[in-house]
Amino acid sequence: MAFVIVATIIVIGTVLWNAVTPWWFTPLASNWGSLDQTIIISLWVTGVAFVLVSGFIIYCVYKFRYKEGHKSEYEPENTKLELWLTVITTIGVVVLLAPGLIAWNDYVALPDEGIEVEGVGQQWVWSYRFPGEDGVYGNTSGRLFSSKNTFGLDPNDPNSLDDILIRSAEVHLPINENVIMQLRSKDVLHDFYIPQFRAKMDLVPGQHTNLWFEPTLLGTYEVACAEYCGTGHYAMRGLITVDTKEDFQTWLDQQPTFAQTLNEGVEGSGKQIAQTLGCVACHSDNGVNGIGPTWKDSFGSTRELASGEIVTVDEAYIKESVVNPIAKIASGYAPIMPAYATLSDEELDAIADYIKTLSN
Amino acid sequence: MYEGQALYHPKGWWTRYVFSQDHKVIALQYTCVALAIGLTGMFLSLIMRMQLGFPGLFESIDAGNYYQDVTMHGMIMVIYLLTALFLGGFGNYLIPLMLGSRDMAFPFVNMLSFWVYFLSVIILVCSFFVESGPTGAGWTLYPPQSILPGTPGADGAGILLMLGSLAVFIIAFTMGGLNYITTVLQSRAKGMNMMRMPLIIWCLFLATFLGLLAFPALLVGAIMLIFDRVLETSFFMPEIFKGGEVLNYGGGSPVLFQHLFWFFGHPEVYIIALPAFGIISELISCHARKNIFGYNMMVWALIAIAGIAFIVWAHHMYVAGMNPYLGFFFATTTLIIAVPTAIKVYNWVITLWNANIKMTVPMLYCLAFLITFLIGGLTGLFLGNVAVDVPLSDTYFVVGHFHMVMAVSPVLALYGGLYHWFPSVTGRMLDDRLGKIHFWITFVGTYLIYFPMHYIGFLGVPRRYYSNEQYDFIPQSVNDLNQFITICALIVGAAQFILLYNFVVSAVRGKEAGSNPWGACTLEWQTLESPPGHGNWGDKLPVVYRWPYDYGLPGATDDFVPQNVPDEQIT
Repeated sequence: MAFVIVATIIVIGTVLWNAVTPWWFTPLASNWGSLDQTIIISLWVTGVAFVLVSGFIIYCVYKFRYKEGHKSEYEPENTKLELWLTVITTIGVVVLLAPGLIAWNDYVALPDEGIEVEGVGQQWVWSYRFPGEDGVYGNTSGRLFSSKNTFGLDPNDPNSLDDILIRSAEVHLPINENVIMQLRSKDVLHDFYIPQFRAKMDLVPGQHTNLWFEPTLLGTYEVACAEYCGTGHYAMRGLITVDTKEDFQTWLDQQPTFAQTLNEGVEGSGKQIAQTLGCVACHSDNGVNGIGPTWKDSFGSTRELASGEIVTVDEAYIKESVVNPIAKIASGYAPIMPAYATLSDEELDAIADYIKTLSN
Repeated sequence: MYEGQALYHPKGWWTRYVFSQDHKVIALQYTCVALAIGLTGMFLSLIMRMQLGFPGLFESIDAGNYYQDVTMHGMIMVIYLLTALFLGGFGNYLIPLMLGSRDMAFPFVNMLSFWVYFLSVIILVCSFFVESGPTGAGWTLYPPQSILPGTPGADGAGILLMLGSLAVFIIAFTMGGLNYITTVLQSRAKGMNMMRMPLIIWCLFLATFLGLLAFPALLVGAIMLIFDRVLETSFFMPEIFKGGEVLNYGGGSPVLFQHLFWFFGHPEVYIIALPAFGIISELISCHARKNIFGYNMMVWALIAIAGIAFIVWAHHMYVAGMNPYLGFFFATTTLIIAVPTAIKVYNWVITLWNANIKMTVPMLYCLAFLITFLIGGLTGLFLGNVAVDVPLSDTYFVVGHFHMVMAVSPVLALYGGLYHWFPSVTGRMLDDRLGKIHFWITFVGTYLIYFPMHYIGFLGVPRRYYSNEQYDFIPQSVNDLNQFITICALIVGAAQFILLYNFVVSAVRGKEAGSNPWGACTLEWQTLESPPGHGNWGDKLPVVYRWPYDYGLPGATDDFVPQNVPDEQIT
């Protein structure tokens, strides 16, 4: 009898929960309402099945509880009943599958018209590229990546030079226009996911993947990495701002082209290097400690190491910690930072100088 | 073991209890090791829950070892606990006994199977003690990250020990598996034709079949990954820019590993689910005192499930970067497999109709399994249906779903099975009151843990996040829920010690069980001695006259007729 009561509470609770749950979809901000609808259809169909089957179980347990000397009915087969149940289940499955496949067909068929943008992932930051005036992405190669050429673009390809590079984790997109994304990873698997857009696709090193959506609501949305990509996975956060068409164009015009970035000197670009190498995913510039200690006000301070030793954060310490991070791990942090052993002295100087500017 | 084959007789304590070739001892060895490592897996999950529920409370849980815990928890539970316990434990114990055989077809290989499994567990445990710690690559071990710095254990021995341990486990499984298959095909008692086998034997047989065909994909994947890591081959490694330099890899495909992994990984779900189905089929019929409904349909549904299980694997990869048009195929096959699975559920619940249900502890576990499996199976229809999967993939909805369907459900079946067959192994009953306390906490507790996860999945909270702090779209209420779930998890975790206590105490002081305490029809309860001795059957092998579910047979005085009773002896 306890089972009948508890199971009834569970079944009723499970159903009613859908009406009162404080956790539900985030407000929709893209064209992918059809995906929400498929979820709702699934909830109804599976909800009915759940109530019917569990209700039947509870009824049986109540009605046919053990009586001494009683014998159960002997009925090994009932082909007709089994056939009916199979047919009904098949119908239920078709009702679920059909809208799912239709929605998927829309999801994977890229539109002909729309604004193109490439999302690039690396541990644990996002960056973006627009094809520029000519509307064609320049060629890229995994062999051309460097801390300077952070998109691995081919400088000899004429299509490359006008590509617009967004070397920060925030990108702007215009409202009510199809956005056709090409996705690429520099190192490991990532997944480009914006909860309010419902859309999601993995980034796979060595190949391209595609994703499209149409932002339908102005605002700023978070990009969350949804494919485990190493220790900093949970911190791989980006931002997308959906602008009016005019605001978007104004913003885009301010962004550098590949040709412009080629002419940047190393000097004064420590911030840029920190961004392109992904340092900022773990080392903040605002005083909040993340996976690694913050850079804010760190220069000149003293730091306790995991070994118990106390060191002063100076240029030599910073450079050593970039080239060989394991040598001096700050106390309270895991020894997980990859070594950046191939950076030039110029680049190391630039990083140290940048960290210096973050301290008073 | 065929009739007339000479039985190996142990000559001393070591060969009787340690290097034993008796399937019952081997089953016990598998069970104890699997439960021990499973307890470790549970402990790891509680560490995870502490971080999620009370972030920052334990400073020693940093992101690195959080991910190590996640990884080892998943791998231990799926492979080293459930696969080993169902097939190595239940399979070993039940196959010869239920088929009326004296032992497995190859008792020596069977013994080796256990010791090689034991070795794989030792290798796995070693990885906790190497300098880099165990791998933190997630249980799916996806390259490139699983073998690159930036993932815990990737640049040390952690990942190699994991892959090595899996390879050794697969060797153990193969030795055991060939044994189970051969025994089922060759060593059945007279009269025990295939369509008279208890459903659990069908389930174990098909699960082993799946394992023998699926594990090789994991084995080659693991070996290729070891090559990529140690010899710098590039099976799974494209051009990679990392740590400020282009690495010495190129041309490989990370998606290839995912195909290999899931070609194993999806059948693996059924390797765990089928034995659970089998246990439920036995228990529900016996404790409801009613014949199982639709035996033939059940067998064909099982065969259908086992067949289709091999063409659904890429539903784990809808957004993984494979050709998106494959989604149509895999969504269709995945939803088709729901039909035979639903038939199984229908036949269990129809078995309850007009039954005479005894609310024993095994029956409680059956019923709890049905409710939990129903939820877990139905939410699978969301994730299998490609477009519906897009917003939910890699969120807590997935965590909720697969824990319901392939963690809680199989464990409930497992517990039901342990309560049911404990008397057969020890000759004593488990304590009923402790059993019920353990049952209620486990059933209600796990429901409270996993049910709400589906809804933070709707919200879009990604899984495998060490902390949610920096995301504005994740409200504070999610953290409150996480606290609640953690508290439930701690209670459920603690309740498992009731079971352990019950085991130990009841094995020594439990009520004497007698020869067939549940009044079951299957052969394992019809042995000469109980618990069954070495060789199982005394001088004469049993002869089978009927199917295994003659509960409530009209014309019989008792409410059950065992398989080895001929028609003329029915009273």
